[in-house]
Amino acid sequence: MTITLTTDGPAEDRMPEMKQGLVGVATPRPDGPLKVTGRAVYAAEDLPEDCAFGVLVRAPAPGTITLANADELAAFDGVLSVLQDPAMIRRTAQGGAGKAPRQGPGTADFAGQAIALIVAESFEAARHAARTARVIVTGDPGLIDPAAANPEGEPKAQGDLDSAMREAEHTVDVTYRTPSMASAAMEPHAAVAWWQGENVTVRSSLQMLKDNRAELADCLGIPQDRVRLLAPFVGGGFGSKLGIAPEAVAAALAARRLGRPVCVVQERRQVFELVNRRSESHQRIRLAADAGGRLLGLGHEALVSNLPGEDHIEPVTQASRFAYAAPHRVVGERVARVSLPTAGSVRAPGEAIGVTAFECAMDELASATGIDPITLRLRNIPDRHPQNGKPFSSHRLEQALTEGAERFGWAGRNPAPRQRREGEWWIGTGVAAAFRVNTLTEAEARITLTSEGALVETDMTDIGTGTYAILTQIAGEALGLPVDLVTVRLGDTDLPPGSGSGGSFGAATTGNAVWLAALDLRQQLASRLGCEEGDLSLQDGEARVANMRRPLVALLNEGSLTGHGHIRGGEALKQVRQATYGAHFAEVAVSDVTGEVRVRRMLGSFAAGRILNPLTARSQCHGGMTWGIGMALTEGMVLDRRDGHVVNRDLAEYHVPVNADVPPLTVHFVDERDPWAGPLMVKGIGELAICGAGAAVLNAIHHACGVRVREWPATPDRVLVGLA
Amino acid sequence: MKPFDYYRAADLTEAAATHQPGSVFIAGGTNLVDLMKLQVMTPDRVIDIARLGLDRIEDDGDGLRIGALVSNSDLAADPRVRKRWPVLSRALLAGASGQLRNKATTGGNLLQRTRCPYFQDLATPCNKRTPGSGCAAMGGELRNHAVLGTSAHCLALNPGDMAVALRALDAVVEFRDAQGIAHAHPIAGFHLPPGTTPDVETVLPPGALITSVALPAPKGDRQIYRKVRDRASYAFALVSVAAVLRLERGRIVHAALAFGGLGTVPWRDPAVDALLTGEAPSMVLFDKAADLLLHPAQPREGTAFKLPLTRRLLRAVLEEATQ
Ligand SMILES: Cc1cc2nc3c(=O)[nH]c(=O)nc-3n(C[C@H](O)[C@H](O)[C@H](O)COP(=O)(O)OP(=O)(O)OC[C@H]3O[C@@H](n4cnc5c(N)ncnc54)[C@H](O)[C@@H]3O)c2cc1C
Repeated sequence: MTITLTTDGPAEDRMPEMKQGLVGVATPRPDGPLKVTGRAVYAAEDLPEDCAFGVLVRAPAPGTITLANADELAAFDGVLSVLQDPAMIRRTAQGGAGKAPRQGPGTADFAGQAIALIVAESFEAARHAARTARVIVTGDPGLIDPAAANPEGEPKAQGDLDSAMREAEHTVDVTYRTPSMASAAMEPHAAVAWWQGENVTVRSSLQMLKDNRAELADCLGIPQDRVRLLAPFVGGGFGSKLGIAPEAVAAALAARRLGRPVCVVQERRQVFELVNRRSESHQRIRLAADAGGRLLGLGHEALVSNLPGEDHIEPVTQASRFAYAAPHRVVGERVARVSLPTAGSVRAPGEAIGVTAFECAMDELASATGIDPITLRLRNIPDRHPQNGKPFSSHRLEQALTEGAERFGWAGRNPAPRQRREGEWWIGTGVAAAFRVNTLTEAEARITLTSEGALVETDMTDIGTGTYAILTQIAGEALGLPVDLVTVRLGDTDLPPGSGSGGSFGAATTGNAVWLAALDLRQQLASRLGCEEGDLSLQDGEARVANMRRPLVALLNEGSLTGHGHIRGGEALKQVRQATYGAHFAEVAVSDVTGEVRVRRMLGSFAAGRILNPLTARSQCHGGMTWGIGMALTEGMVLDRRDGHVVNRDLAEYHVPVNADVPPLTVHFVDERDPWAGPLMVKGIGELAICGAGAAVLNAIHHACGVRVREWPATPDRVLVGLA
Repeated sequence: MKPFDYYRAADLTEAAATHQPGSVFIAGGTNLVDLMKLQVMTPDRVIDIARLGLDRIEDDGDGLRIGALVSNSDLAADPRVRKRWPVLSRALLAGASGQLRNKATTGGNLLQRTRCPYFQDLATPCNKRTPGSGCAAMGGELRNHAVLGTSAHCLALNPGDMAVALRALDAVVEFRDAQGIAHAHPIAGFHLPPGTTPDVETVLPPGALITSVALPAPKGDRQIYRKVRDRASYAFALVSVAAVLRLERGRIVHAALAFGGLGTVPWRDPAVDALLTGEAPSMVLFDKAADLLLHPAQPREGTAFKLPLTRRLLRAVLEEATQ
């Protein structure tokens, strides 16, 4: 049997009926000990016998490619093959593509693109040959500078913003510039491929196996059922592993050609070029407000970039469509087509940079009006979606702001900048709201109940987020089993297709599929007991109905029971606006001498529906807030103006925050159940904590020292120009 | 990585004897191995000098003799260094990360190569890597590049922190040449500005092995190392200052200021020190020192910020040092 549910309306909360007491309780990850002791085996750490090693050759610039010394390289010691297969991909697939990205390595769309694979008996031999490759580039590189392009697209206008700007009491008209950013996941992209007859298996580091399987099959020109993907552990993704990437396709092609397994790992410098970047952006933000700070008009227009033919246009203004009420609006993106590394989804595409810039502009409006930044935001919370009039499924921005303010100690703050000083350091505080759209995709899961306990299976991935933990809790809760009787198997396309991890929809989507599979089992157990499922109480491995108690094992008749769950998003995504909300608070110190900024403390207050596991949810928020620090202060890809190559392509030069940059982070969860989000009433949390986090830091910089940094990151030189 | 031979030398004589054109010494390997992986450095032979017994810090009259293989961590933690040469300890601790400092050595640190991204990228021309090929940094993306001591052939910055402190402390680099003859060279002039030969970075002749660094007694008791960087730790200097000063009766009687993040070599300008010496500290004086220091600077888009930053930093450091 299968329980299938399409979320077409509000769900009923059945969690209170469940007795095991696992959901909502801080539960350590079952995979944690494996990870911290190095026993979790990642993609390239389990090599089949006789495995050969491949290293991708890079194009030094965009254009038409000739590998001038292929024969010489093929004759190098240990080299087995110099592969320039037309099926090799030029770009990493976009998240959810489900089909091959552009193929044919004879053309380089951007500097750094993979144009060949050298396969050798050892990694060192392959790398040496790859480094010695002589790649000749001819032809037109195309445009490198997004500002020089004639951009496509037109923001959507409602009312008359220009007039509103002319007539308003207070206006803000500012442009923010954000650089390209990298996912910088710890585990580099890696794939190990081997064929058995017509069938290929690839151990890889991927986020969305069911889509990746379709993409790889399409790349190889074979049916999907001949492709099996394995990704039991993924060392971080942040969007970079949503789509099939060049190493996986090249490994599969080389393994087929050579008739032996091939392992291809992107070295760190390649990860920075081959993996989809977050587009840089120019964001013009206009705000028109009355004397009380009520918005009459708002404009949020963004210029982003991508390669020709890519449909990912960084949705910078996604939250600006619904965040604040204002009758007159211009909101949307334009895209410049350029020969730069592929732009794609990086943690919280759109809102990560869009909300952050917009929340800086709101702070500028607070300064202009003299209204407290929290009050200003509260005054502009819309009752309904301001662009299409739809209701909100649940809206907790006010609670997030006020509960956060109370915990941070916001009250009594002197709004004037440059008021607090400790030695050479200016001290200031800042606030920003957080917004992120919420969605639910499609997932299936299977639970098998045996005398050993429950086995939960889906091809869902755990990219470090805690999926193993939460699926264990959900199944254990509904089936009345303690966590050590629940085993979760993930990351194998032989298992029922889960949602994959992306867009913060994983916990809600696959979690609900597991929940439904458990409800299916509950029905089967109830029918064996001859009762209604609703009368069944399951706890500690026992079924209880009225006064009767039976061990679950006794109901299995020495066999097993299997439940299936299948969830998909339906009308509930269309009839209402589902979103998550939050508020960020930061205190910073800015050196009056050097312009260096140190974040001294940060607090995030988040409403994301039911919190399944405060431990893993908090970790997600810590990660997001840390990304916010990086966005505000340290991170930015430098692309060479001449050929677009990534100049700072390692972790020494691409500066993610280090421990010394990250102060104590406090996370507060606002109580919320969003019935439109599915039966578990869970919403995405991973991305929410980035959205706007950087703005709290940037606004605090202004409060501390009076400097608005509108081009990020706010490195010392950019702060310094504003200091007297 | 290009295939290479590996030798572990048992003593100085063996180290010298195994060295031939195309050989390099390896100490901590934290810089060399990275560059070998990138094939920026492609030695035929790697000679490991970790076991030469050069890992001691010895009293030497009123100063110290630091073995070339003493790790950055050990040197920074040495109680004598912390007490009398704190500027050196601070400079070391401001560099790299704990893990790297455990491996990195005194000799290797002195010889660490530039972090210019174009130097590290085989796809772009670089006069330092491939003499005569051109300089991709010019017209490219500049940040960690020099504004002092540059030439028409190279903008590469000397990225080190330790050497800046050593420069302010008048350290002496001691080495054996390929024939086994011992030499000593003051740290001043040890590193060479690029001129027309950016590939020649120090006065060391081919095959020379640094054995130790001699640290004379400190000439100033007021010592500060201050480094500005793009994140709180684990980043190279945008600008750094090592200051060693002594005051008597309200006047500066010894001033040694060295700078990181500015020059193609660890930078010290004797005229700046001379300007300060004998004077009573004042903001006017500090500004004059900054004027003099920065007068020859050649800022470009991307590095121009270093000038105002240096001025502010210098004023703050001198103010603190003369309080
Ligand atoms: C990510 C990262 C961040 C860093 N950040 C900083 C920083 O902030 N500040 C800073 O100052 N440094 C920094 N470093 C550089 C670090 O300090 C150097 O890599 C280290 O000091 C080099 O020492 P080593 O012993 O490992 O040298 P090796 O890598 O072993 O050698 C470096 C060079 O010196 C030669 N050599 C070594 N010893 C001798 C000898 N005794 N005689 C002759 N030749 C010799 C080698 O042949 C080689 O050419 C950083 C490095 C990394 C990787």
